[in-house]
Amino acid sequence: MAEVEETLKRIQSHKGVVGTMVVNAEGIPIRTTLDNSTTVQYSGLLHQLTMKAKSTVRDIDPQNDLTFLRIRSKKHEIMVAPDKEYLLIVIQNPCE
Amino acid sequence: MAPKAQKQKSSDGNKKTKQRKTKQTLPDREETEPANMENIGHPEIYPLVLTTQTQEIFNCRIDEDVTDGKPYKLIKKEDILADFKNRAAVSDFYPVKKVIQEYPGDELLVVYDKDFRYGLNFYLIGTEEGKENYLNYPEVPEEHEEYKEYIPEDLYIYRPPISKPWVSLGSEKEIDEESVKESAKQITYMISRKRREFGTPIKFRDQNASSVKDAYIECTAYSDKNFIIKQLEKDVGMQVVPNVKDTSTQTKWTYPQNVAIQYYPREFSEEEKEIFGQSKPLINFLNNASISVEIALQQNEIMNTFIDDWKNLAEEEGTFEDKTDTHLKEYQSFTDLHNLAETMVTSVSWHPTIYGLIAVSVAVRLSFEDRVHFSGKLLLQPSLILFWSFSDPIHPQLMLESPDDIFCFKFCPSDPNIIAGGCINGQIVLWDITAHADRIENIKTGGSSSKKVTLKPMFLLEPDSNKEVMYIRHCAVSSIENGHKKVITDIHWLSDTFEINRMGSVFENRNGICCQLVTCSADCTICFWDIRPQKALTPQPVEKKKEESIEIPYDVPSTFLHLDLSWKPFTKIKLSKGETSLDHCPTRVSLSEDNFLYKTQDKVSAQSKAVKTGEIHPYQSLEGGFGNNLKPIEDFCTKFFVGTEEGEVIYTDWKMERDPDTGRMMAKKPVNLYTVHDGAVHTVQRSPFYKDIILTIGGWNLAIWKEGVTTGPLLQSCCAPKRYTAGHWSLTRPGVFYIGREDGYIDIWDLLEKTHEPSQSQNICITMITCIKPWTFSAKQQFIAIADYYGTLHILEIPWTLSHPSANEVSGTSHYFEREVKYLEYVEQRKKIREQEKKEMDLELEKKKSKIGHCLFFCTLTNAD
Repeated sequence: MAEVEETLKRIQSHKGVVGTMVVNAEGIPIRTTLDNSTTVQYSGLLHQLTMKAKSTVRDIDPQNDLTFLRIRSKKHEIMVAPDKEYLLIVIQNPCE
Repeated sequence: MAPKAQKQKSSDGNKKTKQRKTKQTLPDREETEPANMENIGHPEIYPLVLTTQTQEIFNCRIDEDVTDGKPYKLIKKEDILADFKNRAAVSDFYPVKKVIQEYPGDELLVVYDKDFRYGLNFYLIGTEEGKENYLNYPEVPEEHEEYKEYIPEDLYIYRPPISKPWVSLGSEKEIDEESVKESAKQITYMISRKRREFGTPIKFRDQNASSVKDAYIECTAYSDKNFIIKQLEKDVGMQVVPNVKDTSTQTKWTYPQNVAIQYYPREFSEEEKEIFGQSKPLINFLNNASISVEIALQQNEIMNTFIDDWKNLAEEEGTFEDKTDTHLKEYQSFTDLHNLAETMVTSVSWHPTIYGLIAVSVAVRLSFEDRVHFSGKLLLQPSLILFWSFSDPIHPQLMLESPDDIFCFKFCPSDPNIIAGGCINGQIVLWDITAHADRIENIKTGGSSSKKVTLKPMFLLEPDSNKEVMYIRHCAVSSIENGHKKVITDIHWLSDTFEINRMGSVFENRNGICCQLVTCSADCTICFWDIRPQKALTPQPVEKKKEESIEIPYDVPSTFLHLDLSWKPFTKIKLSKGETSLDHCPTRVSLSEDNFLYKTQDKVSAQSKAVKTGEIHPYQSLEGGFGNNLKPIEDFCTKFFVGTEEGEVIYTDWKMERDPDTGRMMAKKPVNLYTVHDGAVHTVQRSPFYKDIILTIGGWNLAIWKEGVTTGPLLQSCCAPKRYTAGHWSLTRPGVFYIGREDGYIDIWDLLEKTHEPSQSQNICITMITCIKPWTFSAKQQFIAIADYYGTLHILEIPWTLSHPSANEVSGTSHYFEREVKYLEYVEQRKKIREQEKKEMDLELEKKKSKIGHCLFFCTLTNAD
């Protein structure tokens, strides 16, 4: 328990990080640092996108698998680390 | 037979003419004409009955004279004629008398008709031709005539037709029968009309045929039974077939579909989240995932890989004017033509909210001695602050009256209708123009009527009837005894975020409005004033107050009534020079929170703050008293810069401290003192972009300071050819500032371009520039107000190049300042190093001196520069 919190806190303390959340395989948030509505929105959308990205990578090469997904937008960068059962989503503001 | 026909015709013609006459003449014809064998085709044969007596006369007795071998007898015509004479009608030839008479020949042929072929026993041939024919062809029977006809065909001898008289053969009967004769007499109708109706237009009208009797006759059809045939039998063929029809339709197949709608997101409850927190897989996952995540995060922190360097290289686009134009353009200028005295402009201030409104304080252009000399005259003339508007260059919109010449004034940042000014006699004057606020706000509508800018001579100049220039009396002045003794050189409103008490400690300002002022004057003091009514610290006798109450004119608002003539500063700081009796004479003050005047976009928040207390004007209901319950603000920098008349820049503190000797409150000693300028410092100003960069201008040079850097100014310019008399930072470009000279020129300095001299110089007027104030109205419009010694206010427009910073100007300027700071540090260090070196050198010299003689020649001074 403490480990989980500690890891999340460490990630959150990086420069420019807006929010961190852990989502399960179905897209239901487990841990989050943002408010509920934003979390739900991010988790639902990114979960679908990660599934799509994963299937895309797999379709091209069945031996391949998705390891990391980074989406850079004008304002933020969203980083998704997928796993079999969980999803770690971090939102960072990279511009200084 | 043609001749016979001819003859026939002629006789026929006779007959016909006879016929035309009457029908009744028919029987006559038969009487006169002998009957002939016309009807059997032999019109020349006339049957006769010859009696025996006749036979004897003419010698044509049967079987004696006329035999079968010779059935004919030629009788002479004369004998017949004699016979006629003898026996007249008894003669047998009487019926053919006419024929005989007309007979051309002499002898007539009489033929015995034994067989009675022609009805009688004898017949007469009435024509010569017939006679001839008979004679030539004695076989007379008609059957033989046919043979006779054959024979002549072998040798046809053409005989030209001999016209004979027409012999009627009965054809006229046929013609009569066939010809059309009118059975009835033709009826003639004569229809006449009146003459005047000739040619008139004809009018036709319709008439129903059935309405008029006998208008029409119809043959109605009727089924005549005689002609009806009933069909009793009919032949019909039939085929029996089954009736089959082919149709088709398409129906929609509705099939059930599973649809699920989620109307709230699925979430885990707290317990479930707890369980998750404990689970091992999650921990492992996080440990693995966080590694890559942290790498990614750090990548972003290190460098922004997505920077478009090309784009960043480019300067800002979208200029509306020629980029090469760098001159200030004259826009407008204002001069007070009413005032007869020669005035100069002492201070200029733009109205913080209203566009195009600028306030100018004017003072009489006299030296101190002259003032004393003309003091009586001066009292009569009002000293004014004029409000000019762009729309009307001749008439000022408002004129604020003051007891004496104003040398500095400021609009209150929280409420632009409150103006505080410092007088030449040491008084602070307060105006409240709330009542006239709508007048100056709607200047455009009023000014349009007086668009004519024709300069009339002064005695003709009269204010328009609809636009009276308003003289507005001040509503409060400070106490003469307790305030400043000499001219107030600078006045500032303290920021509305803090307030100061008597000790100089800083507290939070709950009012949200500016309520404190700071002034500095030539009597070497800096005073802090509070505009709120003070609690009576010393009880004053009530009667005295009543006596002192002066009648206030009705048009003066009573906002600051409590302050009038009794206003005292709550703190006084004396700038003493320590042991000497001479004190510093401050000319300008710059506090740390002083740059709210430049923030034009904050006017909304300022207004909203002012209206916070509902409809009530906040300045009307100022509550007095000092911070009993106010929270002190910690970490507040109470130090500020002061520029003096001697050209020094002092960095001092306003917090009072207890003097250990006397126990009184005393101002702290100045932290730093720099003697930089050659003349009185007239500008001490913080940069609008950097809170700790201060520009000081005085005498013939300028200096830029950084708060906290105590070694000296960051930049100190060399002596200029002309004295600097006014200066101001640019509001939009961090490295640009404007300096006015005493010959009417403006020097525009650009720190990123040149630091040793101004980048531009432009002539504005002929006399000394007394005040410079730039102002930004919009991104495209920036004006600079320049006031000169002769009382004229020039408004110029700042071109694009001077008003718009380049892309990296802010960072460039800050880098410049940092570089300067570093340079100062380096200089300090170098000083130390140099000292060290000097010491070493001295030591060496000493050493060398101790040596004898020639060693001196071989000493080389190492110059380690």
